[in-house]
Amino acid sequence: MLRFIAKRLASAILVMFTISVLVFLIFFATPGVNPASRIAGRTASPAVLRQVSKEFGLNRPLPIRYGLMMYHLFIKQDLTSYVNIGDRIIPQITAAAPITLSLIFGAVVIWLLVGISGGVIAAKNKGKFVDPLVMFFGIAAISIPVYWLGEMVSLVTQGGLHNSIFAWVPNGGYVSLTQNPWQWALHLFFPWLTLASLYAGIYARVLRGELINNMNEDYIRTARAKGLSERRILYRHALRCSLISIVSLFGLDVGVLVGGAALLTEVVFGLQGVGWLTYQGLQNLDLPLIMGCVMYGAFFVVLASAAVDVIYAYIDPRIRVVA
Amino acid sequence: MSPEETPTDAVLSVRDLSVSFATRQGVVRAVDGLSFDVGTKEVLGIVGESGSGKSVAMYSMLGLVRDANVSISGSVRFEGREILGLSDTEMQSVRGGEVGMIFQDPMTALTPVYTVGWQIVEQLRAHNDMTKKAAYVRATELLAEVGIPDPKSRVNHYPHEFSGGMRQRVVIAMALSCNPKLLIADEPTTALDVTTQAQILDLMGRLQAIHGSSIVIITHDMGVIAEIAHRVVVMYAGRPAEIGPELDVVRSARHPYTWGLLGAVPRADVKTRRLVTIPGNAVSPLEVPTGCAFAPRCQYRMDICAERPPLRGARDHLDACWLSDEQRLEIRSTVTVRGES
Repeated sequence: MLRFIAKRLASAILVMFTISVLVFLIFFATPGVNPASRIAGRTASPAVLRQVSKEFGLNRPLPIRYGLMMYHLFIKQDLTSYVNIGDRIIPQITAAAPITLSLIFGAVVIWLLVGISGGVIAAKNKGKFVDPLVMFFGIAAISIPVYWLGEMVSLVTQGGLHNSIFAWVPNGGYVSLTQNPWQWALHLFFPWLTLASLYAGIYARVLRGELINNMNEDYIRTARAKGLSERRILYRHALRCSLISIVSLFGLDVGVLVGGAALLTEVVFGLQGVGWLTYQGLQNLDLPLIMGCVMYGAFFVVLASAAVDVIYAYIDPRIRVVA
Repeated sequence: MSPEETPTDAVLSVRDLSVSFATRQGVVRAVDGLSFDVGTKEVLGIVGESGSGKSVAMYSMLGLVRDANVSISGSVRFEGREILGLSDTEMQSVRGGEVGMIFQDPMTALTPVYTVGWQIVEQLRAHNDMTKKAAYVRATELLAEVGIPDPKSRVNHYPHEFSGGMRQRVVIAMALSCNPKLLIADEPTTALDVTTQAQILDLMGRLQAIHGSSIVIITHDMGVIAEIAHRVVVMYAGRPAEIGPELDVVRSARHPYTWGLLGAVPRADVKTRRLVTIPGNAVSPLEVPTGCAFAPRCQYRMDICAERPPLRGARDHLDACWLSDEQRLEIRSTVTVRGES
């Protein structure tokens, strides 16, 4: 198992390196465009352009430029924006990351709880009234766009009802966990629910299907022949095996979300997370910022998928041998 | 054995068991009027083609048929106690505790994500009050008993780390873990290669002698029957075609369907260009004839076969066929059936 983890991490690092090279090439080696004017912005003066050229080594060979870029990004961490002059990129990202991580963490807890229990309840009551009811809520949660749901939630909690039953809902914004855990949770409560609803719907539906398939497997018949209770068969055998596909789904979803896909929720609720930051960068054509966010996002996807593979190997012993 | 009396030493006695499924195309009678007894330490073979209802019969009496459209009737007495219609919770102590089961495909019969030891321990602890540690010790003993090399380390291995034959040994160890009075083996050798088949049958025979369990073995292979069974039930289309001691049924089969089955066993000592088959296909369970179910495929069909033949015969060798003893003698003098040549 330890060897598996080491191997998986080594390959993750290799993938990260490849991604960084690719991203670098896309941003700085696309033919026909002068990278200096791209970085410096449309209205930059020749002096600024020269400074950019020097800083990124634009007149030097490609590998050195790559090295310089990585040096600024990761070692010296002094990559600066030329759109909002003087803004350092890395501190912006490290300030935004806890917000995104907090948002995703809470949403993950909610969607796993709701999604798994929904899937189990539906599968358990297959053919009864409860099953299609749960599945209806699932498809509804999947179908409602996040930005619409977010706006609706804001409208309800911040509108007319804000003076009565929703008086406890803060007016958006973010309070860090270390500062005040209660306010942290309170500020993120509705963003959590909004972000979780889509995934809870997907997970409930996927898990229901998996459970029903697994309940028809031969090993379930063996479990019954062993004289186990239906409860134990459902939870210890069928659910345990169904979780394997849930985990692979989970890894991709969390990776993509941490990498910035929580953008819509962040923008709707005014949370200045990584998604929001990327959005700002794109609007201002702030190239260093975009590059930092893309790099950060890609790395999180890779890390999350590596972590999931390790969990995967833990819950499915058949994987360990292959690796 | 006549259907009315129940031998006192019978571990299992089944009377007039019928299982039918309501489907969109109509009612399917998967098992129709099956009666038999299994004595103490007896090995009963149930033989028939695929779809003849042999597995369904066994599963239904243990409550393993989980179909909302099933209806089961008749009587199944296990050690004198009626078990048909027991609640699921009551049935749980019978299943795995007093009746062990072995299944056809050992590759899929074990939960893939747990070690084999864990799975044996789970069953031990479901039926006995024992500590985890003691249960693991017992599981290791059981693995040793079914001939798994190095049981101390193998107990912590996962099912995918075993070969098919070894997995079937694990399944057998699990089935025997609670010292069941009855072992039901559903085609235990079908999914295995020939040499492994012989080993597994041999193992079952040895363990049966040690543990003293009775065995019901379901198979479509007359060779398996000849190897291990004391008595045989031949089933066709959900109905018993012939019941009798193994030697009688194999040596002097009375039902034309049994003749066909015996003829279908390939022999090493007779050169044949093609494998012998029974002409025609197994009857669709939706359109079982009102008379003898085998009549459409039977080359000795008579007018009376439009009526359903009763199960009758001398002493303990019964069959459901309208042929008279004279007719059978005449037929058998012209054809050779395996086992008597």
